[in-house]
Amino acid sequence: MLGNLVGVVFDGIAYGSLLFIISIGLSVTMGLMNFVNLAHGAFAMLGGYACVIAMTRLGVPFLASLPVAFVVSAGAGIVLERLLYRRLYRATHLDQVLFSIGLVFMSIAATTYFFGSQQQPVQLPEFLRGQIHVLGLDLGSYRLFLIAVVVAITLALTWLIERTRFGAQIRASVDNQQASAGLGINVDRVFSLTFALGSGLAGLGGGLGIDVLGLDPTFPLKYIVYFLLVVAVGGAGTIKGPLIASLILGVFDVAGKYYAPQVGSFVIYVAMVVLLLLFPRGLAGRRV
Amino acid sequence: MKLNNAFTRRRFIGGVAATAAAAAWVPRAAAAADSFKIGLILPLTGPFASTGRQIEAACRLYMARNTDTVAGRKIELLVRDDTGLAAETTKRIAQDMLVQDRVQVLAGFGLTPLALATAPVATEAKVPMIVMGAATSIIPQRSPFIVRSGFALPQVTAPIADWAGRNKIKSAVTMVTDYAPGIDAEKTFVKRFSDAGGSIGESLRTPLRNPDYAPFLQRAKDAKPDALFVFVPSGEGTAVLKQFAERGLREAGINLICTGDVLDDDLLDTIGAPALGVVSSHHYSAAHPSPENKAYVEGMMKANGGMRPNFHSVGGYDGMHLIYEAVKKTGGTGDGEKIVAAMKGMAWTSPRGPMSIDPETRDVIQNVYIRKVESRDGHYWNVEFDKVENVKDPGA
Repeated sequence: MLGNLVGVVFDGIAYGSLLFIISIGLSVTMGLMNFVNLAHGAFAMLGGYACVIAMTRLGVPFLASLPVAFVVSAGAGIVLERLLYRRLYRATHLDQVLFSIGLVFMSIAATTYFFGSQQQPVQLPEFLRGQIHVLGLDLGSYRLFLIAVVVAITLALTWLIERTRFGAQIRASVDNQQASAGLGINVDRVFSLTFALGSGLAGLGGGLGIDVLGLDPTFPLKYIVYFLLVVAVGGAGTIKGPLIASLILGVFDVAGKYYAPQVGSFVIYVAMVVLLLLFPRGLAGRRV
Repeated sequence: MKLNNAFTRRRFIGGVAATAAAAAWVPRAAAAADSFKIGLILPLTGPFASTGRQIEAACRLYMARNTDTVAGRKIELLVRDDTGLAAETTKRIAQDMLVQDRVQVLAGFGLTPLALATAPVATEAKVPMIVMGAATSIIPQRSPFIVRSGFALPQVTAPIADWAGRNKIKSAVTMVTDYAPGIDAEKTFVKRFSDAGGSIGESLRTPLRNPDYAPFLQRAKDAKPDALFVFVPSGEGTAVLKQFAERGLREAGINLICTGDVLDDDLLDTIGAPALGVVSSHHYSAAHPSPENKAYVEGMMKANGGMRPNFHSVGGYDGMHLIYEAVKKTGGTGDGEKIVAAMKGMAWTSPRGPMSIDPETRDVIQNVYIRKVESRDGHYWNVEFDKVENVKDPGA
């Protein structure tokens, strides 16, 4: 059994990477903008469908369809932020929850209407299928690819938020809107772009996730628990927190299901409870 | 207190007025159209919408082909969506349809809990209830008015276990979804396969909402069985087959065998190449070689924008056949007990092949076919290569 440990840890990290990819956008909107956006999964689903349509109807290859997913979801994010979300920035969290869960139901109904309720197909390119044999281990190619994407996203986001002028503007606007506006930062625009960033990341996650998670109209509700789990454990508003949280949860989940299949599906929740008891604000929560 | 009383009284008077209005309206409605009404209750939205869509399309196809007048009575199909999630909703819709619409037969029922919740309503109203979708064994026992036109899961599971036993498969691991039908399938497979002399390495159960099959499949791979038996709800088949292929279980010498739910005809083209060569057992394949089925598949695809009929659809088609024939036999009287009596023992050739209704259990008796996925002109089909004739549900 111990011989499989490396394989299990690899699968766990890959699964954690996937959790990170689909949740990081929520950490951005919820943590940085302080908006409880339960409709996060709807943006992820939109990205997924954008991917599928680009691939099946327009013949775009898989890798090129991922930026399409990002752009479509980010675009939808900007539109909805301008029209709807901004009216609720000052509303109570309950209003935000009710509004965004309503949006989830609308997205499910609309998707069913346009695309039907069936699973959507995704054709991965040859080099992402199958397994690679390294030092006697069988590693899934797509899983390696997911891990690589996570490394890239983490570096890019950290750089964007901590090193660029735009990142500084986001942090300033979130900490104190009035002072930031007084310093000449266009807070409205910063929030729009931040929301678009979060939605775009959701879309990217949706596209990357199809192969493992599948894609049908119930996607936003099916995986809502996982988005929230990662953000709650990791602490919203940072990149590092959700990253560590999703890796821990991923490894625990896979190891639990592999070594003790009878109780395996509960392990992820036990891990969540323990981590929340130890770190009530999340692993790297922003001090509010 | 005073205010409360006044309020209750006003509501009460309002209620009486509404009831009176309804009472005045009902006889006229009943007199106006002396049609034979079928209340079809299906999940047409929500996660199980594909089941509902398939069954509704098949019912409509049957009516389009067989005129809508039987024994001098016009057949009217009333369709309601129960969303598939709450048993209480299905029950309430059934009651509504009996009282408001005066339906003479209830039909549909996509999932077991929905059928079970409605069973007492059918018994009380003495109205036949045709179960077209739900597949747990116990269903027909819950009311003497239930007749099943679909299938029972153990009925289609037992043949694949027997087949595996006969075909040099000595050891197997089972992987089922952890809910009633999954456990039914696991029990049946384990029992029949052990009886046939096979050994079960492990029985894995995956959670109903399960995003990643990797750990379970890895465990199955490390157990090195000759075969992995899988039952998952039909939409999940895609993920399982894909990961089975990617994880290299086939290269490790493990055969995937399953019930036909996993290789749902509606989804088979979406699953694509990873399904090639997978052996399964089921009562219906869209590739069933018979003139009845050829005409059926063509009719369904033409009427529904190319949608391939799946195993749930024939439950709807044959359910309608049962109702039509029973109405014919009873001369259109609409008496529930007589209709059920007429259905007992009825036998005919369906698109799925020969089938009949067991007069004892009111459950379906049918051939179960062993199939293998093959690719023909760009599409994937479950091609039948063996069959077990007249299988009764062993789980009942």
